[in-house]
Amino acid sequence: MTATGKYLRIALGIAVIAALIIVPMNFNRYGLYILSQWAVMTIAAMGLNLTLGYAGQVSLAQGAFVGIGAYAAAIMTTQGGMPLIAALGVAIVLCFAIGWILGYPALRVQHHYLAFVTLAFSTLAFLVFRNEDWLTKGIYGISNIPRPNVMGFATNRPLPFYYFCLGSLALVSLAMWWLIRSPWGRAFVALRENPVRALSLGIDTRRYTLMAFAIGSALGGVAGTLYAPLTQYIDPVPFNLSLSLDLLMMVIVGGSGFFFGPFLGAMIAVLLPEWLRFTQGYYLMLYAVAVMLLLIYSPTGILGILDRYLAERRTKAASALRAVAKSRLETAP
Amino acid sequence: MTAVLEVTNVKKSFGGIKAVDGVSFDVQEGEILGLIGPNGCGKSTLFNCILGQLTPTDGEVKVDGKIVTGLRPSELNRLGVSRTFQLLQVFPKLSVRENLILAGQEHQGNMMSRLFGPSDAGLSAAADQMIGFFKLDHLATEAAGGLSYGQQKLLDAAMAFMGGPRLVLLDEPAGGVNLTMLGDLKERLAAINREKRATFVVIEHNMEFVMSLCTRVMVMAEGKLLAMGTPAEVRANPAVIEAYLGHCGIDP
Ligand SMILES: Nc1ncnc2c1ncn2[C@@H]1O[C@H](COP(=O)(O)OP(=O)(O)O)[C@@H](O)[C@H]1O
Ligand SMILES: [Mg+2]
Repeated sequence: MTATGKYLRIALGIAVIAALIIVPMNFNRYGLYILSQWAVMTIAAMGLNLTLGYAGQVSLAQGAFVGIGAYAAAIMTTQGGMPLIAALGVAIVLCFAIGWILGYPALRVQHHYLAFVTLAFSTLAFLVFRNEDWLTKGIYGISNIPRPNVMGFATNRPLPFYYFCLGSLALVSLAMWWLIRSPWGRAFVALRENPVRALSLGIDTRRYTLMAFAIGSALGGVAGTLYAPLTQYIDPVPFNLSLSLDLLMMVIVGGSGFFFGPFLGAMIAVLLPEWLRFTQGYYLMLYAVAVMLLLIYSPTGILGILDRYLAERRTKAASALRAVAKSRLETAP
Repeated sequence: MTAVLEVTNVKKSFGGIKAVDGVSFDVQEGEILGLIGPNGCGKSTLFNCILGQLTPTDGEVKVDGKIVTGLRPSELNRLGVSRTFQLLQVFPKLSVRENLILAGQEHQGNMMSRLFGPSDAGLSAAADQMIGFFKLDHLATEAAGGLSYGQQKLLDAAMAFMGGPRLVLLDEPAGGVNLTMLGDLKERLAAINREKRATFVVIEHNMEFVMSLCTRVMVMAEGKLLAMGTPAEVRANPAVIEAYLGHCGIDP
């Protein structure tokens, strides 16, 4: 039962990956743009899922970290003429460090202070993007952001660039998979579920929470360094508070604390506006109502519903097995 | 003999309530000290003050002669002091084995080895040994939340031993556990005490359990230390009979 389940899951995984590679081959430019955006937003949401879903901390600055990554990429590759990989390194280090510095005082006081501190930071980052013209070109934005060459392949055209985003998503997913299966992942779960007990088992909850937040922020930066060459033009507007809230929605709708939650949440957030385009101005209202209904029905998001269904089936199967064993015992001579 | 734990004049008040009111005692290496007293007399609060969950209003705690008052619980735990809580505290979604690995993983290596090393932190064998020791073999891969209450209590206690602690404080480990499992638990605790020279302080209401397991018993009443001695001495102490054994609804 569990063995077939495992093979089924592997088969499903391979099918999805194959579909993500093959199906977009005959997509038009716009379709590829949307799909690349999905890959980029999934990376940012995965970072937030680590902070929120695994370590249980609310961050309202994930959009700002995406912005920092995007500006690092834009400034370094246009004005600096440096390769994107250098910008990636700078974005990771910068976002990790800022995450750590923001989290440190917040966690020394009280847990939910992180939400307030990150809210303030989100506003501050937006003001820097908009007002520090010498660095960010302010409201005029930065244009002509080049797309990278990856191992000798140019990614100027939409399809190669989509593969570049997809490959980055695959790498980040593998790293995340490793992280949550490591003792760190276990410690993250412990500090979300029961911080008092975790402390009494020697788990330095403060340090692990900071790590989760800093790594989650760094992934926001990674998403940003992909976002800049994707749009090839950035200005401050996309990185305001609403991006942070969008990312929060993605994590919650998909299912916070589930590995695949961000994939699903980002898909809904990126694709739904396209599908619901015919509703015109009502799109946001419909989305908001749908999210509210979902969260009333299942606070753990869409994957939470699936999880409950599977758990129920497992209990039923187990009790059926027990009943069989019992009837055997009773009928035995 | 050396004192593993020295508690000097520890006090803790909540607003006007003096939950712990100047308690002093020592625990010698290898000892099993019982701590009894009526509900609300400050036993759990005393544990919380010793282990850093609460900061005492006054007083001092030493472990192996070193002052530890003010240390965080995680730091104390890594010095070899471990505990269980009065209310069951296992991680229900993790499996039995995962719970035990979690309980031991911070006691070896460093942050980097815990990130890049093996996912079980090299503790699978130790966890399985502990599972065998507490007779939970058939449950190793079950989610802890699906176990019976008694089994979860055993797991809770087993978790306290994963780091190889020198001193373990157990807060009502047998509360709500059936008689067979109670016998099991007592025998396991006695075995760990014998084999590993681990020192215990045990809060327990079951008198039979306390009197047969402990080398010394300490009695608290209204935040103060009322009596301390061998089980026989304590049982015969008129003040104890008056304050505790006499009229509380606790089986003698
Ligand atoms: N966190 C707290 N805040 C306020 N009062 C508390 C707190 N913890 C315990 N108390 C009070 O301290 C006293 C001792 O409680 P406790 O140590 O739990 O007793 P015991 O474990 O001996 O049953 C009780 O009167 C209880 O109500
Ligand atoms: Mg108590």
